[in-house]
Amino acid sequence: MTNEELKYSITELLPVATYDESGEFLNIIIPSDELIPLMKELRSKKEFDFDYLFCLTCIDWKDHLMMVYHLLSKVHKHCIVVKAKITDIQNPKIESVNCIWKTAELNEDEVYDLFGIRFLNHPNLRRLFLEEDWKGFPLRKNYVDENMIKL
Amino acid sequence: MLLGQDHITEEGEFVINMGPQHPATHGVLHLKIGLDGETIKKIEPHLGYIHRSIEKMCEQLSYRQFIFTTSRMDYLSAHINNQACVLAVEKALQVEATPRAKAIRVLMAELTRLASHQLWWACMGLDLGAVTPFFYAFREREAINTIIEETCGTRLTQNYMVPGGVMMDIHPNFQKRVKEVLKQIKEKAHEYDELLTGNVIFQQRLKGVGYLSKEDAVSYGCSGPTARASGVSCDVRKLFPYDGYEQLKFDEILNTEGDSWARYLVRLGEMKQSISIIEQLIDNIPEGDFQAKTKNVIKLPKGDFYQRVETARGELGVYIVSDGGATPYRCKFRSPNFSNLSAIPKMAEGAKIGDLVAIMATVDLVIPDIDR
Repeated sequence: MTNEELKYSITELLPVATYDESGEFLNIIIPSDELIPLMKELRSKKEFDFDYLFCLTCIDWKDHLMMVYHLLSKVHKHCIVVKAKITDIQNPKIESVNCIWKTAELNEDEVYDLFGIRFLNHPNLRRLFLEEDWKGFPLRKNYVDENMIKL
Repeated sequence: MLLGQDHITEEGEFVINMGPQHPATHGVLHLKIGLDGETIKKIEPHLGYIHRSIEKMCEQLSYRQFIFTTSRMDYLSAHINNQACVLAVEKALQVEATPRAKAIRVLMAELTRLASHQLWWACMGLDLGAVTPFFYAFREREAINTIIEETCGTRLTQNYMVPGGVMMDIHPNFQKRVKEVLKQIKEKAHEYDELLTGNVIFQQRLKGVGYLSKEDAVSYGCSGPTARASGVSCDVRKLFPYDGYEQLKFDEILNTEGDSWARYLVRLGEMKQSISIIEQLIDNIPEGDFQAKTKNVIKLPKGDFYQRVETARGELGVYIVSDGGATPYRCKFRSPNFSNLSAIPKMAEGAKIGDLVAIMATVDLVIPDIDR
């Protein structure tokens, strides 16, 4: 599918979605509680068939957190980027997509470790790199570590 | 982390820790293995022993500097990691490298891939108890590293790429030396087959071990030889060509068996393809500048930029989020080893503990690339 067709089909599914087409891929921005229904459609519908989650990460925009999912379809060779906006930065949480793509498990552990987002229905949420008692989440913009050497 | 809250232990289950200091994990990887007798039931990877938070460091580094942190991720494909970064910056700036620079980059990348696969082959034998292959493969690997050293000045973390091209021109001896090494590798190729490939004991330790289905390979986000051995077509050089790969003739090596033996064969096949790519280019390096002109202080326009390349282990993605400044606002490296590691528990499920080393050897993990 071309970006235009993808955009048209997704608007039918989820009217609240907004789009950003300035980059290489079509970016869909959705509220975080709409994530799982949309992702399930993107995976299971034959014309989408996004079976390959190749990049899962998060961006801290100070007033909100943005989960970023890069998806590719091995069958149709089209790409899409789904961005889920989390507005509650004090206690951020979002549904896990581990039930759809198994690669999400370790990636979500990493995001939990470095950004502090809690993934609901995750099979084994743990701090992947840092110690269990590490204070703060290093990739957040407000993280301060007095031992850090300024480059 | 080691003993406290256990997600893995059940009654009657025996848990052992493999690593972080284990010779066959090739670095500080720690696997917590739940066993039933000798059979593996569950594996839980524990990471972070070499976590340097490269992504956080990149937020303070300029677009000329952050390239060089990536040499320390997958140190066996340092060139290709650097290439991913410069291509991402070039994509954002809409600058294109000069034809000469592109050819040099591809040559260097393929030499790196060849050297990396040779190291894998060497360690593969070592992991399974055969010491001799190590010396055979290192004979050629050292020769390649010497060529790279002559041009770049270092053997392992080359830092040779800059946005717009390469840092300096190739050494006058480069073409002659590369041809010598290729001749040597081709002449000695039969030794590789005689030592390991044709060895019945070696074959039996790999055949049918560590099976990964095509669906699982896709679902776990596997890439590189690990995925291609399960029949997933995922060669970035073919699917999303960069730096002139679209003009070169080479095959994507696929195998549908999905076991360790298939992964072994795919990597051996890739070495032959790399040699073929180098042969096509070595006499056809275009004349001209080795670097396109770029500004001293690089500022990327506002937006997201994603660039992927094929390293020796799979698809490396560089995701840069720019707010218009001179440093990345957020920089994420999608590392191939991280995804390939997540498939190991699936591959090893039901296998014997002795086979785990064989499975890990064929997946060819580089730990600094997982931890970043």
